[in-house]
Amino acid sequence: MDILKTYKIYIGGSFPRTESGRYYPIADATGKTLANVCLSSRKDVRNAVVAARKAFGGWSEKTAFNRGQILYRIAEMLDGRKGQFIDELMDQGISKSKAEKEVEQSVDRVVYYAGWADKYQQVASSVNPVSSSHFNFSALEPMGIIGIIAPQENSLLGLIELAIPAICGGNTAVVVASESYPLCSITFAEVLHSSDVPGGVVNILTGKVAELAPALAGHMDINALVSCPLGELQTSLALSCVENLKRNFIYTDPNRQGLNFITDLQEVKTTWHPIESIGGATSSY
Amino acid sequence: MANTNSSKIAPEWNYSPAPENTHHIRLEKKYQLFINNEWVAPSSKKYFPTTNPATEEVLAEIAWANDADVDKAVKAARKAYREVWSKLSGAEKGRYIYRIARMMQERAREFAVIESLDSGKPIRESRDVDIPLACNHFFYYAGWADKLEYASPAKNPESLGVAGQIIPWNFPLLMAAWKIAPALAAGNTVVLKPAETTSLTALKLAEIIQDAGLPAGVVNIVTGHGDTGAAIVNHPDVDKIAFTGSTNVGKIIQRAIIGTRKKSTLELGGKSANIIFDDAPIDQAVEGIVNGIFFNQGHVCCAGSRLFVQENVAERVIQKLKSRMESLYVGDPLDKNTDIGAINSKEQLQTIQKYIRIGKEEGAEIYQSGCTLPSKGYFCRPTLFTGVSQSHVIAQEEIFGPVLTIQTFRTLDEVIQKANNSPYGLAAGVWTDKGSRIFNLTTKLRAGVVWANTYNKFDPVSPFGGYKESGFGREGGIHGLSAYLK
Repeated sequence: MDILKTYKIYIGGSFPRTESGRYYPIADATGKTLANVCLSSRKDVRNAVVAARKAFGGWSEKTAFNRGQILYRIAEMLDGRKGQFIDELMDQGISKSKAEKEVEQSVDRVVYYAGWADKYQQVASSVNPVSSSHFNFSALEPMGIIGIIAPQENSLLGLIELAIPAICGGNTAVVVASESYPLCSITFAEVLHSSDVPGGVVNILTGKVAELAPALAGHMDINALVSCPLGELQTSLALSCVENLKRNFIYTDPNRQGLNFITDLQEVKTTWHPIESIGGATSSY
Repeated sequence: MANTNSSKIAPEWNYSPAPENTHHIRLEKKYQLFINNEWVAPSSKKYFPTTNPATEEVLAEIAWANDADVDKAVKAARKAYREVWSKLSGAEKGRYIYRIARMMQERAREFAVIESLDSGKPIRESRDVDIPLACNHFFYYAGWADKLEYASPAKNPESLGVAGQIIPWNFPLLMAAWKIAPALAAGNTVVLKPAETTSLTALKLAEIIQDAGLPAGVVNIVTGHGDTGAAIVNHPDVDKIAFTGSTNVGKIIQRAIIGTRKKSTLELGGKSANIIFDDAPIDQAVEGIVNGIFFNQGHVCCAGSRLFVQENVAERVIQKLKSRMESLYVGDPLDKNTDIGAINSKEQLQTIQKYIRIGKEEGAEIYQSGCTLPSKGYFCRPTLFTGVSQSHVIAQEEIFGPVLTIQTFRTLDEVIQKANNSPYGLAAGVWTDKGSRIFNLTTKLRAGVVWANTYNKFDPVSPFGGYKESGFGREGGIHGLSAYLK
């Protein structure tokens, strides 16, 4: 007799049930229940945002090298549990070849962004030759907390494609998993949990997009909202984002890998640092 | 130096008036819209006066563009984009922009005088800051026009099309330059709306655009009030909205373009922190505080309006600041000795006075310099409030005038938290002798521009723009190009 897995949500590095106590069943192709998944509430969103804000300082101040190491560790853990993810996707009705491809690509994506962690800054920042005695430079800084609505299809790959570049750049994230195919998101949370990713850096909620996405879009302590096209919901989410001028990125291109997925979620900071000017000695020596 | 009324310090030591000559400037009585390189009467048939805020005298009548006028301008810009500007090589586009830069330099003094007449800012600032920076901005971006492949690491950049640009009244020509120069260099065409109280220098710039032989329709300037701006924002054939102004209006614009293809950059309000540590060179810091909040009458989105002084030097800093305030000249913007000119409009003066009233009602302690104000025009004494707490309205909301709030702090942690405790995140200042502390602080302050041991410095190569509710996108430098590329 199989042991059925209990799928809970992931907030602040632990796996609580939704505070609402609600659930929704996920069935396999034959209609047999695979799991009772948490139907998260707006309160869960708020709790996740508190955890993400708390984690932001420590995560954004880690060295770029260290973030790269941790991301690579995620790839290792993910790769080691490939079989489990493939089975889980197939249980939810995905064909074997598609499931294998999706998990393979998921590992690739994480490795790709692990490599960017200590490089995007060099590529996208600048030293600016101002006409005064200042060392003036513009560097990228993470925006803060990113609300992420994972796409419905490619439930594992899509989540990774939106969440990993966000945390690669030092942001923390609150993710709403695919509503129809939520199982891999929680198993991926276990991967994060065992990869030295500090608690709160990625928080993952399962439930109804129509209920959770507006809570993300309207939350005043979320700095950006990231999603793929969401149909009718999109306009009302965009309107909510304006309240605190949350940056709102909707990725329509199915090819979701690139530097811009990191830099979109960065602010450019310009610093004017004084240079001592004493006259006399010149550079002509 | 235990003065309670330091205005009594040698009041007889005044400079003689040194007014800038206005005879050489050329102003029309009436200005039309600039569409397709021609001066066109508005189909609205309406005009509005632009006044000198220092004298309340009318300088000229300005055309008030309606929807039909804006449509005409957008069509001209689209045609110019499709048929001319997008077909020119980068080098050729660069030549035109260089030419504009040079012609602006040649007429710099005329522009400075008109800017001061129309906006109320002191001639020293328009002559030494606004106009040179505006020229340099064109000069800087001219050189980018044929090098765009180096501007964006991730993409092969393409222009967007027609950019609708709406600018504020605090740095009229400079903001026009910040908008037009990168848009043209990136290969876009432009419909620009100046602020209703300060249209003149943008219209003078139109003369230069004509003289420079820029192809017709590449830059169109439509003057008017908020409804003219709304017509640009809502026009279906505009690809990009670039706006500088208040956070409220920025949000209205952002809501209006939801569901359209329009991209946007918003450079909005601020309530920036200026932080003085006990090891800072105090006299230099006092100058920096003055420059941070009283530059351009405090009509600066990144004004250092929240001053944080380390507790053990607070008394000394505030005392020196008060005595420095007494030596500031408030008056005729055209006088070369003037430090603080006229408030841009009656409406803005009323807003500032409202906040001063609120500050007093909240229980903060007010100090204003004892200078005499001109009998005509819109003027405001340099003002500071002590005894301010984080929850005070005057410490939270943007006043956009010469009004400073002062708070004290003991530790680094405390001041970082206080400084970041704002929905805005445009700029910050840090004053300390310790370089390592500067770098520590600049990484922790959530603001787009951080000045160390200086304030309110701008440069065409230096990207400018905000975090959080201060808007998004950058202007200036290599990062300023991406606002106009896809």
